[in-house]
Amino acid sequence: MNKNTNNLDNLSEKTDFVIRFAGEGGQGLVTSADALARAATSAGYYTQTFSTFPSQIMGGPASSQVRISTSPVLSSGDGVDVLVALNKFSYDNHYQDLVDGGVTIYNAEEYSLPDGGQYFGIKADELAKSTGNARAANMVTIGAVASLINFSLEEVDNFIRKRFTRGRDGDEEIIKANISAVRLGVEVANLSGFSVGELAPASKSDGDQIMVTGNIALSLGATAAGLNYYVGYPISPATTILVWMENNLVGENKFAYQVSSEIEAISAIVGAGYSGKKAMTATAGPGISLMSEGLGLAWMSEIPVVVVDVQRGGPATGLPTKSEQSDLFTCLHPAHGDVKMPILAPGTVEECFYAGALAVNWAERYQGPVIIMSEMALSDRGENIPKPDLASIKNETRNVYEGKNGFKRYQTWDGSGDLTPMPIPGGAGAYVANGSEHDEIGDTTHLPKHHIRLTERRFNKLKLLGEAHYEIENENADIIISPWGSSKGPAREAYERLRRNNRNVGWVYTVALHPMPDVVLDALKTAKRVIVPELNYQGQWSTLLRQDGVNAESITKYDGTPFRPGELVESIKVKLK
Amino acid sequence: MSKRNPEYDFVWCPGCGDFGVRRALEFALAEYTIENEKPHGSNVIVAGIGCSGNMVHLMEGDQPFGIHGIHGRTLPIALGIKSGRDDLNAVIVAGDGDFLSIGAEHIGPAAQRNLDVTCVIMDNGVYGLTKGQSSPTSDIGMVTASTPYGKIEIPMSPLNYYMTVGVSYIASYYSSKPKILAKYIQQAMDHRGFSIVHVQSPCTTYNDTYDLLKGKPRDGIKGLAWEIPDDHDPSNEKSAKELLQKPGIPLGLIYKFEGKTLQDRQQEIRERIGEKTVEANLASYTV
Repeated sequence: MNKNTNNLDNLSEKTDFVIRFAGEGGQGLVTSADALARAATSAGYYTQTFSTFPSQIMGGPASSQVRISTSPVLSSGDGVDVLVALNKFSYDNHYQDLVDGGVTIYNAEEYSLPDGGQYFGIKADELAKSTGNARAANMVTIGAVASLINFSLEEVDNFIRKRFTRGRDGDEEIIKANISAVRLGVEVANLSGFSVGELAPASKSDGDQIMVTGNIALSLGATAAGLNYYVGYPISPATTILVWMENNLVGENKFAYQVSSEIEAISAIVGAGYSGKKAMTATAGPGISLMSEGLGLAWMSEIPVVVVDVQRGGPATGLPTKSEQSDLFTCLHPAHGDVKMPILAPGTVEECFYAGALAVNWAERYQGPVIIMSEMALSDRGENIPKPDLASIKNETRNVYEGKNGFKRYQTWDGSGDLTPMPIPGGAGAYVANGSEHDEIGDTTHLPKHHIRLTERRFNKLKLLGEAHYEIENENADIIISPWGSSKGPAREAYERLRRNNRNVGWVYTVALHPMPDVVLDALKTAKRVIVPELNYQGQWSTLLRQDGVNAESITKYDGTPFRPGELVESIKVKLK
Repeated sequence: MSKRNPEYDFVWCPGCGDFGVRRALEFALAEYTIENEKPHGSNVIVAGIGCSGNMVHLMEGDQPFGIHGIHGRTLPIALGIKSGRDDLNAVIVAGDGDFLSIGAEHIGPAAQRNLDVTCVIMDNGVYGLTKGQSSPTSDIGMVTASTPYGKIEIPMSPLNYYMTVGVSYIASYYSSKPKILAKYIQQAMDHRGFSIVHVQSPCTTYNDTYDLLKGKPRDGIKGLAWEIPDDHDPSNEKSAKELLQKPGIPLGLIYKFEGKTLQDRQQEIRERIGEKTVEANLASYTV
């Protein structure tokens, strides 16, 4: 495989760079990647950051990278153009990811490499100290990187001014030191004589941009649709949603809180949803397993709640900080009994925002649980996306019962007309929300007629859902590429490369996995052959599609890392033969 | 069958202690609702799974709201109700199996939160609905369906457990005097904080303890239950703990502590931090 595939064509100007900082957790890897991303974003580029960590507080091999591009970034790319390796171990483990012509900046204070390679050393700490600010070491490195990719120093300076202007006395001094640190790094890089090309000018995007991770986007989206109740239990990679909510879901009639287990979390949001709140929790695979009975309760008693599964490697404790899409079977059928959960699976950071909002609206509209399936590679990566227009976000609220007492909430419903309104405690229409099978007012019953009519009612309600973002292109092609969730980015990049090479491939993608928009299911059913890239061993989505009569097969991967576009191009080419 | 719903087919066995507890709860809710000038619909009964949980379908008179969820999770469901809607009166009805076995993990956290909910726990020392298995409060050596050769654990002491984890209102009573029991349930509802009224509610089919509780002098049985003396000071933690060292079943208010609740502390944060709007949150990420 030719690894030099980040760039579209062999232009003298490059449209795309990947810069990776590798070392130990706690060495400021994320800070460096984030700083570079922000500088590039302010300059009008599209950026995406991606980090990997071991499951420990400090230390251990870790890396953080940024991809800078002139067009929206779909994945973390194939190879690395510039590797900053802070110790020998990280050099040994990452240099093979360098593209042809890629350059390593190594930490000359830690180790040295034999003469003659595609690398040069830098003593960032020492140089930073010479500026009078020992903390500016990462700016030395960023200067060196900027020089290698011919990135505008003016933009780096602007970024430094923006970051360190904090209205304090020492601001100017800190800014000066950081700018000189950048210059010292540039000098070292210039002396080395290396360059990896010139980044083409940015095409400044229209409108405001925000820089967020998938989890922050999802949190913003859910609150934009009126979410006002959140509880959660810490678990990677969902914890950042809990932390965001604790920090930001504050104010009148809002509640965010850390509970003592995932069982408490699901039970509490059922209690909150029952009493009229728009309630959500987020977890990862182990938490989803613990929530299965509570999700069944929400389905059975028809309580609006949203549960986010930020997937990681499983089963059991699995791979807490790695990528996998292996919870699909579980999320679709988390509970025992006749249950099939609505599922939204966003595939980009931007889609995380809209899925967060839509999930809240779906839950309210059909009075039941909705699951969002995110994933490690999506939740923690940073991206700049167009700032969502809040005025365009729907804020649906369930149809609340406002009549007299003696109301029958659990009436037979065939899917036509309005769904029975829901009484809310404090108001009229007292009933029992029951996890046992029940009659019209919620009293427990074993009578067959009630189990039949309410089982049908619970499934009929799904007819109220299904609308969500989807994409259908070239659906008559020999092969349809149809990823789900976080594999969308690399799959899309692979699709675009194949199309540019005149390959006969099509594209079908849907954020709503269940219920799916009819037009998407029709396109899949009529497709000759559907290829599903997904990060699990069993090929879960293609298995489900086959049940629906789709001629689907998977390209699977289960090593804990996301797909790379290049490897997908190669494996799809094999299928095309 | 219930008065309000002829089709409802669940019944308690004749003589079940839960009848008395239901009457007490009906009294208490009626009084509480009048005294606090609240609509009846602001009462929410959170029911556990088991015979006692079915109370939510058997309430007579003005109907409260109800949620009859899953086994052992009454406390976290009530957390969701109360932390989102502090205006509601959340009352848990559950048995010793639901509350003290599968649900025991939630009692400690609820006490640390001083969550403002009231629990009416019906303790019959047995799993009745599943036909007579041993429960956390069954005696050691007791022969039940699931302990055919005698139970091999010592019984837990719920009242000592509540004291230890920090429940802020603890009363103990039995089902035979509904009007007095109602007084404690109402007090518990009025108590701002986590309150438990632990009720001995005998199962006439699998563990009939009426005589054991009240005594039967004719047969030489001295009752286990004893009235807490008037001079007991429930605000004194030490004397409450000492009281619980005495054998038998105390009847009355054991302990009461007035402190801030989860909702109070949450309100303090709201006042300190102010309102964070969606617009401001979104704007903070602008580049």
